[in-house]
Amino acid sequence: MVAIKEQFEVSAKMRTWSLALMALGAIAIIAGFIHWGTSSDQHQKDIFWATLMYNSIFFMLICNASMFFVCATTLAMGGWQTSFRRVPEAISTMVPVFGLIAFAVLMYIVWGMGSHTNIYPWLNVQGLKDEGNHEVLKKLGFLNPYFFFVWTVLAIGLWSLLGWRMRKLSDEADDAALKNEEVGKSFIWRNTVTASLFIVWFALTVGSTVPWLWLMSIDANWYSTMYSWYTFASSFVSGMSLIALWVIYLKNKGYLEYTNEEHLHDLGKFMFAFSIFWTYLWFSQYMLIWYGNISEETVYFLNRVKGVYKGIFFLNLIINFVCPILILMKRSTKRNYTMVTFMAVLILFGHWIDFYQMVMGSVRKEDASLSWLDFGVAAFFVGTMIFFVGKALAKKPLIPKYHPFLKESVIHHT
Amino acid sequence: MAKKKFVVAAFDDEAVLFPAVKKVRMSGYKIHEVYTPFAVHGLDYALGLRETSIHTAGFIYGITGTCTALGGISFILAYDWPLNFGGKPAFALPAWIPIIFELTVLFSAVGMVLTFCYLCQLAPFVKKHHFNARSSDDLFVMVIECTAKTNVEDLKAFVTSSGAIEVNVQEAETEWWLGTYDKDQRLIKDSHVEVA
Repeated sequence: MVAIKEQFEVSAKMRTWSLALMALGAIAIIAGFIHWGTSSDQHQKDIFWATLMYNSIFFMLICNASMFFVCATTLAMGGWQTSFRRVPEAISTMVPVFGLIAFAVLMYIVWGMGSHTNIYPWLNVQGLKDEGNHEVLKKLGFLNPYFFFVWTVLAIGLWSLLGWRMRKLSDEADDAALKNEEVGKSFIWRNTVTASLFIVWFALTVGSTVPWLWLMSIDANWYSTMYSWYTFASSFVSGMSLIALWVIYLKNKGYLEYTNEEHLHDLGKFMFAFSIFWTYLWFSQYMLIWYGNISEETVYFLNRVKGVYKGIFFLNLIINFVCPILILMKRSTKRNYTMVTFMAVLILFGHWIDFYQMVMGSVRKEDASLSWLDFGVAAFFVGTMIFFVGKALAKKPLIPKYHPFLKESVIHHT
Repeated sequence: MAKKKFVVAAFDDEAVLFPAVKKVRMSGYKIHEVYTPFAVHGLDYALGLRETSIHTAGFIYGITGTCTALGGISFILAYDWPLNFGGKPAFALPAWIPIIFELTVLFSAVGMVLTFCYLCQLAPFVKKHHFNARSSDDLFVMVIECTAKTNVEDLKAFVTSSGAIEVNVQEAETEWWLGTYDKDQRLIKDSHVEVA
């Protein structure tokens, strides 16, 4: 094996940038807290906390999508991702960090502000009884602070725990003992077991209950069976874009010699395919409600399609559907580092906008302004992510040297 | 149709086939085609074949389907004979999207199949020459075109030394029944061949 650069080192520039973004974000959060958070008007407080909420949930879910990618490819006995597998693993170390932030924000909304807040209407049981809202009263078995607490702890806790076990298993790939066929088989088998546990838990949370609890219950009267898959698709396609960005960054710095356009092509295919999948869900949700035209269903789309969120709502569709289908369709774009970088940034921005309108479109109905607070909070999360993912990448070799499937990845052809 | 002479070499291993392809091309022989039992990744690249344009054709067929559906439905339902379906606007775009999508897929799929058949000369009335029937079973069959200058015996010895398990000489018709498609092979000096 040729000597290759396999130990990542965090550059001073990267550290400076990540700390600068974090500082900028922290200032924005503090200023936002003073501006909105300390207001005596509950609606102003809701705007501040909802901004923190959608950002923390978005960034946690896209980092968790990395672990989903690792587990899904493991279960599929995929070999092609092995040469850059340490990158999604490093990104997934953010799940506990962002999970803690998201947990704190959600718990403050549910337990701290309680029945005062209008973010979750189901918290105000007395108010629901007064207005005779039987639709939501019937859902209180599911939508109550106790279940919310337990399920949130379980969801974030098990994602972190199972992700940690997957990363722990991956450490063994640096051990020459894996060259032995029996040890290699047992390694693959233990990977398969942990990955399948993660996938099952992922389906029970991101694939169904968690988006209902955290996001859909903001419009407690309204429901859509597409919603969880829609959220999953949104987070997965952004997660793939994030992986692509990190892979390209590392390639630029001269790491990941075994990763080339063939791997980039496959990452590009994921970005392309799941953009289309997201649009499919977007459209299925929209068209059925448009066709049925029942007021309790159209309430979700009313202020998004016709109201102040109109611009953002359709911008969302253009960025996340029209751009990927037209630009990423060609083979040569998916193999071009510059174009994939551009599209990855665009897709990440587009799905961040998507989460923005999913939450703020219901919390802040009177105007749709992407303010400095939104960008500031996002900068905080991006900075934190760069800082910690860089650290996680530096902790172990970038190439799982003795992974049984590494050869398959090196000779990979799409 | 003109008959041409070919040296047909059969290999039983991908790992032998790739260096052989490279060596044969490096020595200046023209490989007519390599027939394999399954799709071999990277072989098109090693052969120096140009990228197929069937996806461009597919895109054009797809766009044609989109326009046909959108044009057809909007002419009928919004202009020629508007009907009131449950109070929806005459130009009810969301309801048409599935049909537009289906027609896009239909046009591009059927169009690409027909284009593929045309490019590969596949039609009920075309008789194809099979160089080696085992290329659909377990052998990789490399077909090398001979010109007037080619020393057939030398070439046979050369491919045998490259690892071919079976070599013979055949004559076959190679003309295309409509148009041509065999001009675009890149020369070995223009392409970077990697052996996996």
